[in-house]
Amino acid sequence: MTTAPIHPTSETSMGFGSRVHSWVISVDHKKLGMMYIGAGLIFFVLGGIEATLMRLQLLKPLNDVLTPHGFNQMFTMHGTTMVFLVGMPVLLGFGNYLIPLMIGARDMAFPRLNAFGLWLFIFGGLLLYYSFIGGDGLYGMGGAPDVGWFAYSPLTSKAFSVGHATDYWILGIMVSGFGSMTTAINFMATIVCMRCPGMTFMRMPLFVWLMFTVGILVLLALPVLTGAQVMLLFDRFLGAHFFDPQQQGSVIFWQHLFWFFGHPEVYILILPAFGMICEIIPVFSRKVIFGYPLMVAATLSIAFISLGVWVHHMFSVGLPPWLNSIFAASTFLIAVPTGMKMFNWIGTMWGGNIRFTVSMLFATGFLVMFLFGGLTGIMLAVVPFDWQLSDSYFVVGHFHYVLFGGTMLAVFSAVFYWFPKATGRMLSEPMGKWTFWMFMIGLTLTFFPMHLSGMLGMPRRVYTYQPGRGFEIWNLISSSGVPFQIVGVLLLMTNIIKSLINGRVAGPDPWDAWTLEWATSSPPPSENFPKIPTCTSPRPLWDRKHPEDPDCFYE
Amino acid sequence: MTSIPHTHLIPSSAPGRGKVGMACLIFAECWFFAGFIVAYLFYIGKSSSGPLPREVIDIKPVLLNSAALIASSFTVIAALRGLARSNMGVFRFWMLLTIVLGGYFIYGTAMEWRGFIVDHHLTISTNLFGTTYYSLVGFHAFHVIVGLCLLTTILVLSLMGHIHVVRDHLRVELVSWYWHFVDAVWIVVFTTVYIVGMRP
Repeated sequence: MTTAPIHPTSETSMGFGSRVHSWVISVDHKKLGMMYIGAGLIFFVLGGIEATLMRLQLLKPLNDVLTPHGFNQMFTMHGTTMVFLVGMPVLLGFGNYLIPLMIGARDMAFPRLNAFGLWLFIFGGLLLYYSFIGGDGLYGMGGAPDVGWFAYSPLTSKAFSVGHATDYWILGIMVSGFGSMTTAINFMATIVCMRCPGMTFMRMPLFVWLMFTVGILVLLALPVLTGAQVMLLFDRFLGAHFFDPQQQGSVIFWQHLFWFFGHPEVYILILPAFGMICEIIPVFSRKVIFGYPLMVAATLSIAFISLGVWVHHMFSVGLPPWLNSIFAASTFLIAVPTGMKMFNWIGTMWGGNIRFTVSMLFATGFLVMFLFGGLTGIMLAVVPFDWQLSDSYFVVGHFHYVLFGGTMLAVFSAVFYWFPKATGRMLSEPMGKWTFWMFMIGLTLTFFPMHLSGMLGMPRRVYTYQPGRGFEIWNLISSSGVPFQIVGVLLLMTNIIKSLINGRVAGPDPWDAWTLEWATSSPPPSENFPKIPTCTSPRPLWDRKHPEDPDCFYE
Repeated sequence: MTSIPHTHLIPSSAPGRGKVGMACLIFAECWFFAGFIVAYLFYIGKSSSGPLPREVIDIKPVLLNSAALIASSFTVIAALRGLARSNMGVFRFWMLLTIVLGGYFIYGTAMEWRGFIVDHHLTISTNLFGTTYYSLVGFHAFHVIVGLCLLTTILVLSLMGHIHVVRDHLRVELVSWYWHFVDAVWIVVFTTVYIVGMRP
């Protein structure tokens, strides 16, 4: 315990070139996790620029900031980027950084495979973005993909998607998907095999449980997408007929395959956020998480039910009513375990000694925004309601509340919570509070009016709209939320850079927390723990700090 | 620290990380194949033109082929037993036999494809049967070839004297898991293509 961490000092004494080199060749889960998050945040800015251009175009009716074709490229790239190059890598990056620390391990089970996964993701992302330059193909048509992030057939067929835009979409996602699968294999092996002595499954931090479940879902859902993309490649390059209606191929079959992947993907993006909230709310409420076993059970049932809800993305396709009814019922059902989690978080806060740090503010904001997005989700599970509002701005509003108001707010909460651990420096709290309110105001201004313009009949993915239909005011308000979010992002970036340079020194355990990542120095030494810790209860660090009243007496 | 009773320190008795990793890889592969199997089942009888499965498939060589692949699952078990007893001669013999049986399977698939393409003019772009057949059987054959590469690597390494029982038994066992998986997938593919798919 007395040996000081050696690697931060040895790193600062290196030149810039050799420091970059040490990151590129690194197989350390902490460096890889930070590179995942860093690369994800760069793609977040790119996806944000695409969204800003769309909001500028929709600021007023018959605007001409973007061409119709350019608008199609922007919404395709925005959706694809945010799901595959921001959501997944940032969340997998947090998993990479935190899982070994939380379970008291020295590294992931397969460190080199871990590095391979990171570079596959980065290469896949670059491949997708190279389409802006190289997607033109032989006919000078194409450019960036313009088929929407779910790339419905027959839009993606050779006849309707000339050039290589769609091929870049397929290959970029496929390559980064292989990266995600290797990472999921690593998570599973790490969690099953690398836990420190005493760390039973029911003593693992809930974040680790949630990432375990995400690992299962990644291994289950992504291969189906990869298979569907291979079929699409065969159609485009070998003249196969999987999705070719002229040879009796079915375009609906693509939708089934895509959404069989797509709905578990939604949970791949939200379960890690749940995990972060499960760690952050108890620490800042000074209470043990309410209903730990129920949380685990709810997580596993969400993962299980999420395999059988995909047709709710396809209610307007015209499938038989009995099929729609079954999937509507399963969609209602999935709200039950999700609701349990909601009540457990509120139960944790109830009667607690709540400290509203920026991290806790974001976590509370998550509860409100995610609840709203979840409730509109239940509305959309009602088949006739969905028939009316499918592919309208109501749906756009719904999933932005879930993914931005849910996942991204949890990620910001996690950034404020674990930044001191990863860097040894605290982020500025006053600046963080500004960031929080900028995002809350920006989010509400941008995404709430979308529900109203959607109910008034505005379809998603239109590059413009006619005046006099009542859409103007709501689109104007939606666009006016963008500057707030831009200020939020800029504040966060400034905060990170400033704190890296001269932030307050954090110490090993700035939040008085209970899980093992706080038992080592900040930043942790490259071997994580000088001595492998032991675990006696779900809150091992509490036990160490309060030997007179350890948790294990109440287990 | 001293007041914490040591009964709470439960030692972990987890399986090795290699086993978990390979099991997860196989789990993911199952879902990859599931897509192609569903595609095959979904498109049975929907081809808008011939040739149809009943017109081109000759079941006899396929049965022989399948027998070879299934037998190779047992020979690889025999090879592992030899390795566990440090009997490298036995190990190499059964490994070689496994590779020969797997190679025969690939040869049989190649002959079947040759017949389809040359005699019946059935390619991946002819009709939905061709599309789904070549993708499903082709991806399975691809996995067999990957397995053969792994097995051949092990055999060559052992001939060079680089396989050690204690260090490498688990590694060889994991490759054998992959080989069993490839075999099991074939049973599903066989049922799909040569039994269910032959219905009039």
